[in-house]
Amino acid sequence: MNLAIALWLSQDAVTNGAIYALIALALVVVFTVTRVIFVPQGEFISYAALSLATLQSGKVPGTIYVLIGGGIIVAVLDGLAALRRRSLKSLPESTLLNIALPLAIAAAARWSASRPDDLLLQVVVTIAIVMPLGPMLYRLAFQPLANASVLVLLVIAVAAHYVLTGLGLVFFGGEGLRARMFPALQFQVGVLTISGQSIGVIVTALVLIVLLALVFGRTTYGKALRATAINRVGARLVGISSEFSGRLSFALAALIGAVSGILVAPITTIYYDTGFMISLKGFVGAIIGGMTSYPLAALGSLAVGFLESYSSFWASAFKESIVFTLIIPVLLWRSLATRRSEEEDDS
Amino acid sequence: MNMLEARGFGVSYGKVSVVRDAHLQISAGQIVAVIGPNGAGKTSLLSALIGLASAHGSIVYEGGNVADLSVEARVRRGMCLVPERRELFGDMPVEDNLRLGAFSRPRRGGEAAEDLAAVYARFPQLRERRAQLARTLSGGERQMLALGRALMARPKLLMLDEPSLGLAPRIVRDIFHVIADLRRTGVSILLVEQNARAALQIADYGYVLEMGEIVLEGPAAEVAANPRVINTYLGLAARAQ
Repeated sequence: MNLAIALWLSQDAVTNGAIYALIALALVVVFTVTRVIFVPQGEFISYAALSLATLQSGKVPGTIYVLIGGGIIVAVLDGLAALRRRSLKSLPESTLLNIALPLAIAAAARWSASRPDDLLLQVVVTIAIVMPLGPMLYRLAFQPLANASVLVLLVIAVAAHYVLTGLGLVFFGGEGLRARMFPALQFQVGVLTISGQSIGVIVTALVLIVLLALVFGRTTYGKALRATAINRVGARLVGISSEFSGRLSFALAALIGAVSGILVAPITTIYYDTGFMISLKGFVGAIIGGMTSYPLAALGSLAVGFLESYSSFWASAFKESIVFTLIIPVLLWRSLATRRSEEEDDS
Repeated sequence: MNMLEARGFGVSYGKVSVVRDAHLQISAGQIVAVIGPNGAGKTSLLSALIGLASAHGSIVYEGGNVADLSVEARVRRGMCLVPERRELFGDMPVEDNLRLGAFSRPRRGGEAAEDLAAVYARFPQLRERRAQLARTLSGGERQMLALGRALMARPKLLMLDEPSLGLAPRIVRDIFHVIADLRRTGVSILLVEQNARAALQIADYGYVLEMGEIVLEGPAAEVAANPRVINTYLGLAARAQ
């Protein structure tokens, strides 16, 4: 290995690591707020990447049917719940959010499909399609059992993963798609050629991380999410409902998934199940952060990126095994080094 | 006017019933004390009134039945519980804890800042420690923070679970002083206490809860004068007085 190769591998590592870091942050948000180990995070990545590529080929992506269908089911469930409570006050809002909004997004998707060169519009529409799927998924799969044990929630998450992957196969087929490159920029720094694509990934990831930090540190809603993560009972007693924080954290996770999907779409060919692999590597990063620490999760994800990149050079046949084997020493170290801090034992 | 009336009120966990057929009433602007020994069901009673534990029977609050509402909906209507375990946000600064106390209220500019200033005026120690993480506070300060956070919601009915638990006598006196003072601002208070003497001193009305049943009730002074209460809860010092 010479310097050029090392630099080239490092560039690859940082680019991938930035995406794993985003995913790891989403997993930590969802886990600390709702105690869900969010297996379906990867589906947001696949959905976003495939939707973007489909829009670029001038077609309307099938994900809008998932969105419209999911919205109708949520609206019906909300309606039934309202009937049971004998108060129809919440109905107009639910209809607007779950039926009218998806239809509007579908119309935007149709419009965007007719303009295959408008990259910005495609990105906005892709995010608009994927992000509402997060709160919908929470409402349908997790809210009814929000107080179940971590294990039960994990089982639900696995089931949701299979359902969403299956829907992805139905709507996008088994063949991979690749989005067009974003404006091709290249810089020559010494022996290294830096692609505009990887700079875009890293800058976007950094911006998103800073935004998240601002949301959690400065805004009332962000603080409400943190409060729920710190003390669930205390949060309910000041009026922060688990339903509210659950939907908000899932919306954030879906947003992060959508952005990650858009970032990777031009780099690799995405299949309906590619997102799962990406999110598993983010998961390794999140585990390194103990599923609770944002900075450690981000650093861990970067480490995963490096490990993956260098092992694909030395032992490319084993690169996935090497990355996932990293979980074992990390879990050992975690279980030995951390005191029990499972539940909110003191206030 | 009745602030709160619970009728045929019971709490059970699975098959074990901890409170049975209680009838409880709080008039607007009153302090009502519920005293009783450890394990009588006092904490369960409050948890069920705020909706954390499931209950049967009716809970009429400000003329409407709230028994089917979620905790958050009851909080929005002005019910507020300061739990025995305080349930603060330990990894957040004192000031964030207080600000989140106003989460249930519509956010209009200025109001929350006013309330924050009022809480700091009532508990100057909290102002000194406002940038400190809540988990670094002493027991007395935690109780102040829990009370302050509850006040940020501008409650109409404040329920306090053992506010004196684990505190030094001087701080207990301060806390009870604050509670008595709150009544003057028009808040109705349901006070659950093992410290029967202090509770009955500031209360208007008292209930005695034993083994999940209300065995005695009456104006606080009468309850405090009841020979059984004196023997069981107030002890020798009261007899000497």
